[in-house]
Amino acid sequence: MDAMVRELSYAQAIQEAMAIAMDMDDRVFLMGEDIGVYGGAFQVTGDLVERYGAERVLDTPISELGGAGVAVGAALTGMRPIFEFQFSDFATLAMEQIVNQAAKMRFMLGGEISVPVVMRFPAGSGTGAAAQHSQSLEAWLGHVPGLKVIQPATPYDAKGMLLAAVADPDPVMIFEHKLLYKMKGPVPEGYYTVPIGRADIRREGRDLTIVATSIMVQKALDAAATLEAEGIDVEVVDLRTIRPMDKQTVIDSVKKTSRLMCVYEAVKTLGIGAEVSAMIAESDAFDYLDAPIVRLGGAETPIPYNPELEKATVPQVPDITTAARDLVKGVR
Amino acid sequence: MAEASKAVADSRANLPFVYRQYSAEQLKQVLYKMYLIRRFEEGAEESYTRGLIHGTMHLSIGQEASAMGICMPLGEDDQITSTHRGHGHCIAKGAEVKRMFAEFFGKTTGYCKGRGGSMHIADVAKGNLGANGIVGGGIPIAVGAALSSKMMKTGKVVVSFFGDGANNEGAFHEALNMAAVWKLPVIFVCENNGYGMSTSTARSTAVKNIADRAAAYSMPGVIVNGNIFSEVAEASYKAVERARAGEGPTLIESKTYRHRGHSKSDRNRYRTKEEIEDWMSNRDPITLFENELREFGFIDDKGIEAIREAVVREIADGIEFAKASPSPDVSETGNYVYTEQA
Ligand SMILES: Cc1ncc(C[n+]2csc(CCOP(=O)(O)OP(=O)(O)O)c2C)c(N)n1
Ligand SMILES: [Mg+2]
Repeated sequence: MDAMVRELSYAQAIQEAMAIAMDMDDRVFLMGEDIGVYGGAFQVTGDLVERYGAERVLDTPISELGGAGVAVGAALTGMRPIFEFQFSDFATLAMEQIVNQAAKMRFMLGGEISVPVVMRFPAGSGTGAAAQHSQSLEAWLGHVPGLKVIQPATPYDAKGMLLAAVADPDPVMIFEHKLLYKMKGPVPEGYYTVPIGRADIRREGRDLTIVATSIMVQKALDAAATLEAEGIDVEVVDLRTIRPMDKQTVIDSVKKTSRLMCVYEAVKTLGIGAEVSAMIAESDAFDYLDAPIVRLGGAETPIPYNPELEKATVPQVPDITTAARDLVKGVR
Repeated sequence: MAEASKAVADSRANLPFVYRQYSAEQLKQVLYKMYLIRRFEEGAEESYTRGLIHGTMHLSIGQEASAMGICMPLGEDDQITSTHRGHGHCIAKGAEVKRMFAEFFGKTTGYCKGRGGSMHIADVAKGNLGANGIVGGGIPIAVGAALSSKMMKTGKVVVSFFGDGANNEGAFHEALNMAAVWKLPVIFVCENNGYGMSTSTARSTAVKNIADRAAAYSMPGVIVNGNIFSEVAEASYKAVERARAGEGPTLIESKTYRHRGHSKSDRNRYRTKEEIEDWMSNRDPITLFENELREFGFIDDKGIEAIREAVVREIADGIEFAKASPSPDVSETGNYVYTEQA
């Protein structure tokens, strides 16, 4: 790649992607609560309103259901809205438009239309925002045919996948972990895309495959670094897209390492880990397994306010390190 | 020529709006379409009873003047969102009944290739963005379409049809508020037929008229007799002018009545036979319009008979077309979920 590569934060990378998308295509515009002069609750839109004006960086009333519906309506009539939820938790107020309308409209109308809407969801715990502002609801939407659901884990992917989402003719839901917004990483200038539906092997290894999503990718990499010193060689697969899922990359990795662990922040039960595990159990990679599959997910509770409790609710690096070591050493 | 049209205009000067505004040909076409809606509904009902259509359906018999009146001033580029009771809207916006029947029969020649059925009937090419199975679901979508119109400067006006039941959904309130704040070219049309399933507006709705709610969103709230075509068309005409002039949305409450039950499961326990009978005999929208057309000399009995016969033929042909059309192959169940699969 010729383009200059700088260090940008995850939030800056998203902002740059949105600016490029707006520069390239007049139909692209941003909608959301307090995304204009305020800059968005997490300063992701920042000062974009100064460059693109209040029409294209459109502050909505506090109306998640209506706002999502407006985005869907605009998308199906020729515009390319990027709709920011202030917190992913508020998707619960807009489920009707996301699940019943955006996801199904093309199908219900026999392919006569498509709904090229992008929705962005600041997600996850770790900010002390407590139970209604810290959830990870990506698997809810991942359960809905017609949607595409992505969780970029790096600034590079955040930019490239957002640009892929804008170019995609179908509704794309982007879950952005709030603790990632400040994470820095290399990001090339200019336009590039990172394909939706493809996982990324972030670290190659022989002894164990960790399939991780979003912020858990970095935590798994940190755990892998510790384990390397102990002679345990971990492969880390960044799932990146949960629908449509890149099964082959996971299958190939498990065939190579013979062990699988899934790490994700959302509540463990009925989550992405269950899906990945079942997918492996149904595949020919099952025969390669040397040990039972392990899932590390969020506790079966709402996210608590107290910082110690909050940390204890979701997998942390030592949890991953211990579980991975036990898995490789056969400790049950 | 100019003389003649002036004479015509003078002779109509005291007549209701549509008789001043539209030609005899256009008005006859309206009568044709009102019959087409009525007979389409009857044809669908009969096909359902004979087992040719599955699922359920919500018939708009009794509400034809409302659908036709609202769509009268719309152009082909203007758009609508519709409801579960949307067959009439679809026809009024220009759909062909044969492809609608085909959809109801689940055939590939249907508007949605058999994937949508009655509750998702749409003719996108004619500006119908779709019926909706979710009460109130289309209202924010219409606002989004109106936002597109404003941003892309297409001049399109968008109409959102919904029922009295929908006005108690949050989506209604959020959508009206945004449309007013952004002065969007959208018209909210509440077809108040007195009931949401079994629940009367008196039992469900805190305001006397749904149009009263317009005040909360600083837009005009207009009440019309939804069974009088001219009244509906006039209100729609004014709202369209307002929208096109960039002055923002209007809420029209079209007071009407559905002759049939809510859907195929309705036992009509919540209203009296007398009430239904009264609306059918004394306030039928087609009869009212036909009488006016005759009285004002736009049509005679022969003309009416010719329209009725032509409609019956179009309906029969439509049903034949649907019957003869192929069903989709089960191997194609996964089509149209995502764009690249189509
Ligand atoms: C969100 C939602 N709630 C409930 C229903 C079930 N339902 C379908 S139509 C209907 C009544 C709607 O009444 P109204 O809006 O007055 O329209 P009408 O049927 O009278 O045309 C109900 C309760 C639904 N489809 N969607
Ligand atoms: Mg009703």
